[in-house]
Amino acid sequence: MTEERFRFFEHTADAKFQAYGRTIEEAFANAALAMASLMWDPGTIARKIQIPVSARGHDLEQLLVRFLGEILYLLESRFFLLASAEEISIGKDDSGYALEAGFWGDSNSNAYEIHGGVKAVTYNEMEIIKNGGYTVQVVVDV
Amino acid sequence: MELHKVSDNVWEIPKQGDMRVPAVIYASEKLLQSVRRDLTLTQARNVACLPGIQRMSYVMPDAHQGYGFPIGGVAAFDMDEGVISPGGVGYDINCGVRLLRTGFTAEEISAKRKELLAEILKEVPAGVGKGGITKLSRGVLLDILSRGAEWAVEHGYGRKEDLLMTEEYGRMKDADPAHVSARAIERGIPQLGTLGAGNHFLEIQKVSHIYDREKAGVFGIEAEGQITVMIHCGSRGLGHQVASDYIEIMENACGIKGLPDRELVNAPVRSKLGQQYYASMCSAVNYAFANRQMIAHWVRDVFARVMGTSQGMRQIYDVCHNVAKIERHMIGGREQEVCIHRKGATRSFGPGRPEIPALYRPHGQPVLIPGSMGTASYLLAGTAEAEELSFSSTAHGAGRVMSRHEALRRFRGEQIRDDLRKMGIELQSTNWKGVAEEASEAYKDVDEVVRVSHEVGLGGMVARLVPVGVMKG
Repeated sequence: MTEERFRFFEHTADAKFQAYGRTIEEAFANAALAMASLMWDPGTIARKIQIPVSARGHDLEQLLVRFLGEILYLLESRFFLLASAEEISIGKDDSGYALEAGFWGDSNSNAYEIHGGVKAVTYNEMEIIKNGGYTVQVVVDV
Repeated sequence: MELHKVSDNVWEIPKQGDMRVPAVIYASEKLLQSVRRDLTLTQARNVACLPGIQRMSYVMPDAHQGYGFPIGGVAAFDMDEGVISPGGVGYDINCGVRLLRTGFTAEEISAKRKELLAEILKEVPAGVGKGGITKLSRGVLLDILSRGAEWAVEHGYGRKEDLLMTEEYGRMKDADPAHVSARAIERGIPQLGTLGAGNHFLEIQKVSHIYDREKAGVFGIEAEGQITVMIHCGSRGLGHQVASDYIEIMENACGIKGLPDRELVNAPVRSKLGQQYYASMCSAVNYAFANRQMIAHWVRDVFARVMGTSQGMRQIYDVCHNVAKIERHMIGGREQEVCIHRKGATRSFGPGRPEIPALYRPHGQPVLIPGSMGTASYLLAGTAEAEELSFSSTAHGAGRVMSRHEALRRFRGEQIRDDLRKMGIELQSTNWKGVAEEASEAYKDVDEVVRVSHEVGLGGMVARLVPVGVMKG
């Protein structure tokens, strides 16, 4: 069974998407796929290396901005293209939320077709909704 | 939203609720229609609520919805009571435009157009996830953040006189790379000297019309048919990371309680954090100046090789359109220092301002407004009236009206290339999907934007430039 992982919506200047998951971790993983798909087709990226990723946020929104920001950071500093974000765990302590994940993909951006760019992850229209499962909505600056 | 018509092309949101000042929108009826379709007006009203805002929250004719501030938003804040906000500058710090004149005519380059473009595409790295041609050490990058285009000229990229014809002379002196994060620097190292993607472009243009011959002559535009080169790009991942970093740092330090929008997060201008952001932003501004300086140098190299000379290729000007600055402006009849934010807006200093290069000072600064892909761009001159109207600011481009998603559904990059070719415009890109997203139909009519700027007095029309060759990232 394939469930819808993410969906794009109209936005005048930028890209807006919702990502879905049964858990918050799954919704985050699908948000990572949605964002990557604005730049390349994650399904075509070889799973050659795994990069451990960690992020913190005083709330879930900030955590999501930091988490998705890792994709841009790894692309631009290490030419890493994400195939999938896996083994995500999100924990909560007194100072907020902490995330650990493994990014699978290939650190050879020249080998793939890249069809778009993302400048930054924004808080604009950001929503994290618990509705049986989770829906996260993100607008990225492109 | 309640909107009063003040006069043709001028609209006002009266002070209400938490607004400290009214908001004013410069737009024709037609441009206003698209402004009303998104959150631009709400965002302009939100900006009017920020502490220390002076006179008005201004909205330029090409405005559209942004983050925190609208794109096309201008706001000046008191140095003591006011704030500085990364959301008031935008993610692409010192996204800007550089214009070079040439001594060539359209006829002279006609046969070599394809070759010029192909060579430029080889010399100037573009696209996403592609590194520049330079391998920089961290130390060199820090030097670039401190010294901007000065560094580039010293290292053989371009000419000393280019610096004279650059806003801030190519270097914001308040830069301090010590406040730029390691992550921003890591993103900046591979990308120096790259054009990027999205709406960034490099164009070979020809002058299609001159409106003001005297000013055009002073700026270096002599005749219709003359060739110019326009470069539109910014501070790449380094600037994006600086913006993201300080939005987070300010949020964690100052909180977001009471803010109508999370991306209006700010710090008092003179606070330690406010000053750290400003010093980092200036560093990113300098990176972008160096970036455009290097790209301009490679373009001249290509012209020298293909056309035999690059001698007449003088830089007309280089402007920032995403920036915060400390400037002196008239407030309540008194000259005062303010922290002005121009987010998707171009400085438009009129005659006499000391910041303008001596050659242009009697005429007002050149204002460069890039159109969308395949449409006209404009050279304007700053006006004296703009001081009163908008703290000396005007539009920065065409402004989007259609989502990229919708553009992708409607257009194909290769088809656009073929259509442009029929119009005599050669297009090169590494990314045809990106070309479809940037279809000119997805943008406001730049002619209308510039007409409003001219009629209101924000910036006066000097010359219209149309592309003959376009390189898209």
